[in-house]
Amino acid sequence: MFMLKYILRNAFRHKLRALLTVTGVAIAILAFGLLRTLVGLWYLGVESSSSTRLVARNAISLVFSLPISYKERIRQIPGVTKAGAMNWFGGIYISEKNFFPNFAIEPQAFLDLYPEFLLSPEEQKGFLLDRQGAVVGQKLANTHGWKLGDRVILKGTIFPGQWEFVIRGIYRGAQRSTDETQFFFNWDYLNESLRRTIPRRADQAGIYIVGVANPEKAAEVAQAIDASFKNSLAETMTETEKAFQLSFVAMTEAIMIAIKIVSYVVIVIIMVVAANTMAMTARERISEYATLKTLGFQWHHIAAAVFGESLFIAILGGIAGIFGTFPAALFIEKELSQFFPTFQVTTTTTVLQLSAAILVGATASIFPTWRAATIRIAVGLRRIG
Amino acid sequence: MAANSDIVTIRNVTKSYRRGSQIVPVLEDISFSIQSGEFLALMGPSGSGKSTLLNLIAGIDKVDSGSIIIGGCEITTLSETELARWRAVNVGFVFQFYNLIPVLTAYENVELPLLLTRLSRRERREHVEAALEIVNLADRMDHRPSQLSGGQQQRVAIARAIVTDPAILVADEPTGDLDRVSAGEILSLMDHLVQDFDKTIIMVTHDPRAAEKAHIIRHLEKGLLTDR
Repeated sequence: MFMLKYILRNAFRHKLRALLTVTGVAIAILAFGLLRTLVGLWYLGVESSSSTRLVARNAISLVFSLPISYKERIRQIPGVTKAGAMNWFGGIYISEKNFFPNFAIEPQAFLDLYPEFLLSPEEQKGFLLDRQGAVVGQKLANTHGWKLGDRVILKGTIFPGQWEFVIRGIYRGAQRSTDETQFFFNWDYLNESLRRTIPRRADQAGIYIVGVANPEKAAEVAQAIDASFKNSLAETMTETEKAFQLSFVAMTEAIMIAIKIVSYVVIVIIMVVAANTMAMTARERISEYATLKTLGFQWHHIAAAVFGESLFIAILGGIAGIFGTFPAALFIEKELSQFFPTFQVTTTTTVLQLSAAILVGATASIFPTWRAATIRIAVGLRRIG
Repeated sequence: MAANSDIVTIRNVTKSYRRGSQIVPVLEDISFSIQSGEFLALMGPSGSGKSTLLNLIAGIDKVDSGSIIIGGCEITTLSETELARWRAVNVGFVFQFYNLIPVLTAYENVELPLLLTRLSRRERREHVEAALEIVNLADRMDHRPSQLSGGQQQRVAIARAIVTDPAILVADEPTGDLDRVSAGEILSLMDHLVQDFDKTIIMVTHDPRAAEKAHIIRHLEKGLLTDR
């Protein structure tokens, strides 16, 4: 009880110093949390991918397409429930800074294969019936103020021209992690236009999204698909949606590693700052610790006082940092929704933040604790005055 | 302990410090005894070794050779842990700069040595209040050291020194940081502890007026005891 009282009072003995240290730890833990959330977000596509979906693409490269005739052949392979063509459209809305992912997809296949995109029956019907119809995520619609029935023009980059769409559905994600910043439109609209303008590029699918009946047999189905097109002009490479997403993540892995390193560097920096503060604090109190030892207190009492104070300050800063992370993440999610479809702080991140704070407090106190606990009384008392 | 028996026996004590590669002798072959209930003043110029001798008697430093027997216990053979326990029970400390813990109140400072005992909270309170009553500071028990004058702080330090009822009090320049009036009050209080509570006090001082209060004055010069 005494030790707790002593630790608490000591922690706030120099109020400004304590406040600055707690603030420093809080900012570091907040930054650590946001960076870890960003890293987690990078893998969001991987985590939210469905085990019942496969992606078939051209075996040479994603840049090359596959004939639309493959769709029926894929559908007939045992274990396949659905197959739908999808093309990355790469359209720009007004200017490049308004970037959002946009795809041409086959509406019925899309509705069947992506149950995580929630649309009302009326919206689904509207999308299926309107060749120029588009379905957009709620966040994207909010960003641009789009409503059902609005006309939206995208400027084609891969497929030149001005492309006009009518918003027929605004989807919500089934989970909070579902990306609500995407734009989907009818693949037939794209294909028919291409037939008129660039016929050689028509009837080509960028990829096929394939539904499988049994996720446990996904590998066998993928092999069967690839075997079907072996030695053809466009051989396929079929993989799970997760593996497909991971291949994108791998392209930017260096950035992720850099962000991870920065997140650890932030912790190391605050660890050094906290260690310096604790060393300064312990040095100032050496005569006090010597007095306590004179009165009969032993090294472990002194060690507990220094260690406890360091841990208390770090945990206080850590808790402040953790509480600050949530509004900061909400702010990022709101203000930068075009870049981050979601910015959700996970429980794992919070646990990591608290662990980092404890590590900071414990590590920062090692040297001061050792010094205070092992100081010779006669030497410590000489510091008086 | 019976009155007038030796409570402190020092035999052939030597102590030196290492300063870089040099060994500096501080105390050389010191032998003397202190009887129970005595008020002894150790005097001498700076660097004569008087504070070192006090530290050795109080068990907060170790001799190079020789022995110190206090109340029948040879403290020179005790380990650090045993010494810590021994100090907590047998010796009270009074320092020049009071050495109170600034974040604790007068009451909490006086209670410190009792936290190492098995006394209950209520028993501790009784002891602390009694000690503060003796030093006439019962009305200031909730004050922190910064809210007390130098003389009052030293009285709190004396209350802390006597709260466990030790046989010996060691005081290193107890009036060194006080004005004349406060110094007089502290010395009277120490005399009161010897006269009325049968404490043995060993005090290091530069101040001849403080030494006058002592029953016996011992002089140290260059690590040797000299009688005047």
